[in-house]
Parts: sequence; structure tokens; C-alpha cells
Amino acid sequence: MASEQSVLFSRALTELTLTFHIIYATIGVGIPLMIMIAQWIGIKKQDDHYILLARRWARGFVITVAVGVVTGTAIGLQLSLLWPRFMELVGHIIALPLFMEVFAFFFEAIFLGIYLYTWDRFENQKKHLLLLIPVALGASFSAVFITVVNAFMNSPQGFDIVDGQLVNISPLLAMFNPAMPTKVAHVLSTAYMTSAFILASIAAYRMLRGSTHLYHKKALYLTLKLALVFSITTALLGDFAGKYLAEYQPEKLAAAEWHFETEENAPLILYGVLDGEEIKYAIRIPYALSILAHSNPFAEVIGLDQFDEDVTPPLYIHYLFDIMVTLGMLLIFIALLYIIGLMRNWSFIHAKWFLWTMVLSGPLSMIAIEVGWWFTEVGRQPWILHGLMRTAEAATSNEHVGWMLVLFACLYLLLGAGSIYVLTSMFKRNTVEQELADRKIEKGGDTFDS
Amino acid sequence: MTLEIIGIFVLWLFLFGYVIVASIDFGAGFFNAYSLYRGNQHILNKIIQRYLSPVWEVTNVFLVFFFVGIVGFFPQTAYYYGTTLLVPISLATILLAIRGSYYAFSTYGKRMPKRYTYVYGLSGLLIPASLSIVFTISEGGFISIEQNGPVLDIASLFTSPLTWSIVVLSITAVLYISAVFLTWYAHYAKDEEATTLLRKYALIWAIPSLITAIGIIVELKFHNPEHFERLFDLWWMFALSVLFFIGTFILIYKRKNYGLAFTLLCGQYYLAFFAYGISHYPYLLYPHLSIFDSFTNEAMAIALIIAFIAGLGLLLPSLYLLLRLFLFNKEYVEGRNDSHV
Repeated sequence: MASEQSVLFSRALTELTLTFHIIYATIGVGIPLMIMIAQWIGIKKQDDHYILLARRWARGFVITVAVGVVTGTAIGLQLSLLWPRFMELVGHIIALPLFMEVFAFFFEAIFLGIYLYTWDRFENQKKHLLLLIPVALGASFSAVFITVVNAFMNSPQGFDIVDGQLVNISPLLAMFNPAMPTKVAHVLSTAYMTSAFILASIAAYRMLRGSTHLYHKKALYLTLKLALVFSITTALLGDFAGKYLAEYQPEKLAAAEWHFETEENAPLILYGVLDGEEIKYAIRIPYALSILAHSNPFAEVIGLDQFDEDVTPPLYIHYLFDIMVTLGMLLIFIALLYIIGLMRNWSFIHAKWFLWTMVLSGPLSMIAIEVGWWFTEVGRQPWILHGLMRTAEAATSNEHVGWMLVLFACLYLLLGAGSIYVLTSMFKRNTVEQELADRKIEKGGDTFDS
Repeated sequence: MTLEIIGIFVLWLFLFGYVIVASIDFGAGFFNAYSLYRGNQHILNKIIQRYLSPVWEVTNVFLVFFFVGIVGFFPQTAYYYGTTLLVPISLATILLAIRGSYYAFSTYGKRMPKRYTYVYGLSGLLIPASLSIVFTISEGGFISIEQNGPVLDIASLFTSPLTWSIVVLSITAVLYISAVFLTWYAHYAKDEEATTLLRKYALIWAIPSLITAIGIIVELKFHNPEHFERLFDLWWMFALSVLFFIGTFILIYKRKNYGLAFTLLCGQYYLAFFAYGISHYPYLLYPHLSIFDSFTNEAMAIALIIAFIAGLGLLLPSLYLLLRLFLFNKEYVEGRNDSHV
């Protein structure tokens, strides 16, 4: 068994690595799709503004993808270095998607290299766009395969345990576990949504800084339209995720909703604080939890009273859940307001304060991603493999984890600062206006509606 | 062939791939830094940039493939090696992370401060050194099984001559492999000045790389006699490997057919690497872990092999395309074509 300290530091280091990696991973999954859409519109409309948009996004993407690759390598190794007992066990059952992820990423890396170095090399622009398809597919499939592993940790299946031995192992059954469909869909749609909001933030920021070029308006409109589509999709998928939890991990849902007593007609508790077992200052929406869990306002929802205290997750996940949902709703509202405002010619969408709101949308979306992952990971505790292996049993017995935590923290600081510095100086040195002039882009359309 | 053998063969092959492509990359970084120090960076800069730019990420994937694959095929390695290798592998990961990301920062951000070029060059020597420790540990004698689990005896690891011989071998091999490849590449790009310089490096590092390799075999005789015996049974593979080495050396010396020289070099390392691997059989870690008792179940093994074949079907054509468009594309290599994003 590992010492308590090793467990604590192993958890802290994993949390730190994932928290840092997920920023770059999310961007890495979503941006290729955005580049593809922009380039496709550019080719279709013969509008060079969109082509330049794709080109500049791709340039920034290289920097973020580099950090994503190296932190992804770190978390891949840390799984074995920090959780050796876990990997020894699940290697038998869920190694297949991990292995396939490497191929998906390999595929992406090769074509990304080709795509980046073949701008203007093809007579037919569409050929160049074709190269982006394997990049976007590889990126999304990497996310799918890794999320499958995380889903497996929440609802393990595809094996039996007889006398302490694993038997009847089915790698495919393990992959297609009950948590997989909702989790995979949720991860993908939030990655696309967050990437779109981040790109919208950049466009809004340029406009706030006084750039009046049509290029930025086109960028803002395109990205917010995509952000709206994906954030609504995300909200719908969130509803499915709630139903999954009610069925397979009722203690996670109950802890997230502070649902203590099993009851019918269960209300949904929003916000509030906990005083012992008493909930104060909360908003109660009647029947809403029953609807969320079972699509039926009168259905019975299992409460925490059905579980031993040593298998229930910490109750603070309620706050994480609320922050995630609130931000999600807020972001739908912001995107919707802009799109409708533009159609109806509302003038406030050009006001400074609204531009600032849109600048904030990217960071807010990323915060939602972070709290969402904290929620799902902390919500699975005390298990690393739901119902089968506790986190404390899985950790390494090595005594040096504390030092590694310090070193990796320094590394992430260095990478974070480095990537921000490089990205900002890269685009400052070569502004949109300057590049438009350099490339003598005149073919840009003068309207930006579609 | 049993599933165990297929599994370890595939992994070993990818590790060999990593050794070659990563050596080229690490060595290139070092030569670049050294030439900056000597004030003749303009000679090498271009050729190294042209080679590295489109492929740096691909290099990294070979390593990821190996460690994900070994936990997949032999899950128990996660327990033994995962527990004990925390410090050396974490250090290597951190160096790889700094190296990889700052490479992208400077290439695409178009700026490489002098100080950083040195750090980059040095990391190319430190990474193989720290990764090579895994080979040392696999020979046994450094891990004891205690009540809490396996523990690495760091003091005896760092005082063992075997450790340091393997570290020195990894560094000399990196420099030699890289120099031979880049000689060929520079020649291919018709860059005579760079070819001359790199050829000199190749000749300088040839003999040390051979001597350190032989030194390790001698060390093993004392450290792990059982492994040494088995190595000796494969003497013909090593003999052939040395012949290939002589072939490379002569070709480079006579300035003839650098392409063949590099092919012979790959053959040399392939033979030596596989002879070492075969003689290591059946142990993944002397004497605690063999490929048989650490192996995954049959269903997973078959699934992994199918995924591997399907994956290769996807990757080989893509890799071929990458090589055709860049490494072996005359226009690109000679720098007549700049289509960067």
C-alpha cells in the first residue's frame, strides 16, 4: 500500500497535469474543425478573408498543439508512474482504446505537418483543404478514445472477476460501456464550443482595440454562430448525461444535487450553501430533478441515504456542477443575443460593454471545461475504477512524488507563460491589417452575412 | 510464434524506430548548438531546420507508441517499472516537454534566443542519458521487492559502472547516428559546406560509439552473467553488425554513396539492438518479470494486434506521403520552396 502522502501527492500531480493539459487538448480537438470550416467557406465564396482567417488560426494552433502534445505525453506516462496498480489492472481490459489513440494522434501529426508546409503549394485550393480532414478526424478521434477510457473508469464492464481473477475479458464490451455515449458526445461538443468561443474572444478583442476591418466582423459572426450551435448541443447532451448518472452512478448525481433522501417528485437544488445536512439560500425548482434524472416529474430519484458514507463523493461537487451549468447557460445566452441582435440591428451589440462580454466568453467557456472535469473526477471518488478499485489502493508507493509535483508545476508554468508570450508576440508583429496588405488580398467579399 | 513474442517484437521494432529518429533529432540539436558556439552556425542551421520542422511531432509518437503498447501487451510492467522509474522518467518527460514545445515556439514564432539554443542542444544529450537508465535497470540488481512494493536502489544504480557505460553509449550513438544521417541529407540537398562539416563529425564519433558498445558487453559479464552467456550465443549477429559498421565507416571516409552508408548504419544498429533484445528474452526485468508472466489476456492481445495492423494500414501510406513531400522532395530539401503557413 502507498503512504497517505504518496496518495495525496499523486492525486495533486494528476489533477495539476490534467487541469493544464485539458486547456490545450480542448483547443487541439476543436480548432482544426474551425479552421476547416473557415477555409471551406473561403473557397466556396471565393472570399480570401476566410482563407486568411484559416491561415492565421492554423499558425496559432501549431503553438497550442505543441504544448498539448508534450503535456499529453506527460499524462500518458504519469498514468503508469503515479497509478501503477490501476494500470496493471485495467491494462488487461481497456488498453485497446489507449493504443488506438496513439494511432489517431500519429495520423493527425503526420497530416498536420503536411498541411502546415503546403500552403500555396497546390493549384487547386480544395486539395489543400482535403489535407485538413485527417487532422480534424485524428484530433476528434483522439478525444473519443481517451474519453472512452475515462467512461470505463466510471462504468467498468467487459470482464468478470472469479476468485480474484479477471476472466471473460471483452475489449469491445469494455469500450462500449454505458457511460461512453454521453461522455464522448459531451467532450466533443464542449471542445468545439469552447474553441469557437475562444476564437470569438480574439475577434471581439481586436474590435475593442479599434480594428474596424471587416475581417474581424466576419470572424466574430462565424465563430459565434458555431459557438451557439455547439453550446445548445452541449446543453441537450448534458441532459442525457444526467439520465446516465441516475441510472448507473446515482450517488454521483445525488451528491452533485445535494439530494439526501430518496423521494418521488424530486426538486432540483440550485446554488445554496450547506450547513450540516441543511441546505440554505438555495433555489428549489420543483420536479426538476425527477425530470433531469428520468424525464418524468413524478419519478423516484435515489438519494444519498442509500449509500454508505465511505462510498459517496465529497459534497462540494455541487458547486462545481452549478458553476458548469450556469456558465453553459450564460454562454448560450451571450451567443444568442449577438446573433439575434445582428439580425434585428440592435445597436448594443456594438457597444463596448457587449464586446467585453464577448471577450470574456472564451475564458468563461474554458472555466466551464475545467470545473466540468473536476466535477466528474472528484464525483467518482473514492473510486479510481467505480466499484472495484479505490484511488488510495492504486497510487504508487514511491516516496518522491512530492518533488515531481514541484518540478511539473514549474514545467507547466514555463509552458503556459511561453505559449502565451509566443502567441501574443506572433500576432502583434504581424497584424491582420498588415498581412492583408502584404498578401494584396482584394478578393474579400464586403458583406459578411451568409 | 506465440502472442507474447509477436507483442514484444512489435514493441521492440517501434523502440528501434524511436532510437533512430530520435537520435537524429537529438544529435541535430546538439550539432546546431555546438556550431553556434564555434561561430559557424550558418553552415548547419538551414539543413537542420529543413529536416526537423515537419517531423518533430512524429518522432515523439514513436516513444508514446512504445510505452502505451508495453502497458497494453504487458500490464504488469506498469507496476514494476511504473513504481520504480518515477524519478528518471519524470525528468526525461520534463526535458522532452521543454524541448518539444520550445522547438515549436521558436520555429513558428521565428525566434531562437542564443541561450535557448544551448539548452536545446544539451537536452538532446540529457534525454537519451536519462531514458537509457531503463536499460540498466532491466538488467536486474537495482530493484528489490519490499513490503510496500518494488523499490529502486538509487545509490547502487548511480555507482554502478554499467549505468555510466550505458549512458555514454547512448550519447555517442546519438551523435554518430545523427552525423551519418545528416551527412547524407546535406549531400542530398547539395549543401557541400554542411556535408564536409557533418562528415567530419561522423568520422569523429564512429570509433567512440563502437568502443562504448563493446564496453557494455564486458560490463555485462560481471553484472549479469546469464545475460552475457546468451549474448555470446548470438555472436554472429554482433559480428555482422560490426561488418556493417566498417562498411559505413569506409563509405563515409571515401566520400562515397552516403545513402548506402546510412542504410548500413541502420542495419548495424538493427542487428545489435535485436541481438540485445533476443538475448534479454524472456525477461523484461531480471529476474522478476518475464514476458510470459506479465502478459495480458488472449482477447486483449488479439484485439491489440488487429488494431496494430489496421493502424499500420493507415499510417504507412501517410508516412510515405510525408517523406515524399519533404524529406525526399528535391525542391523542398534544397530550399527552393517555401510554403509555410
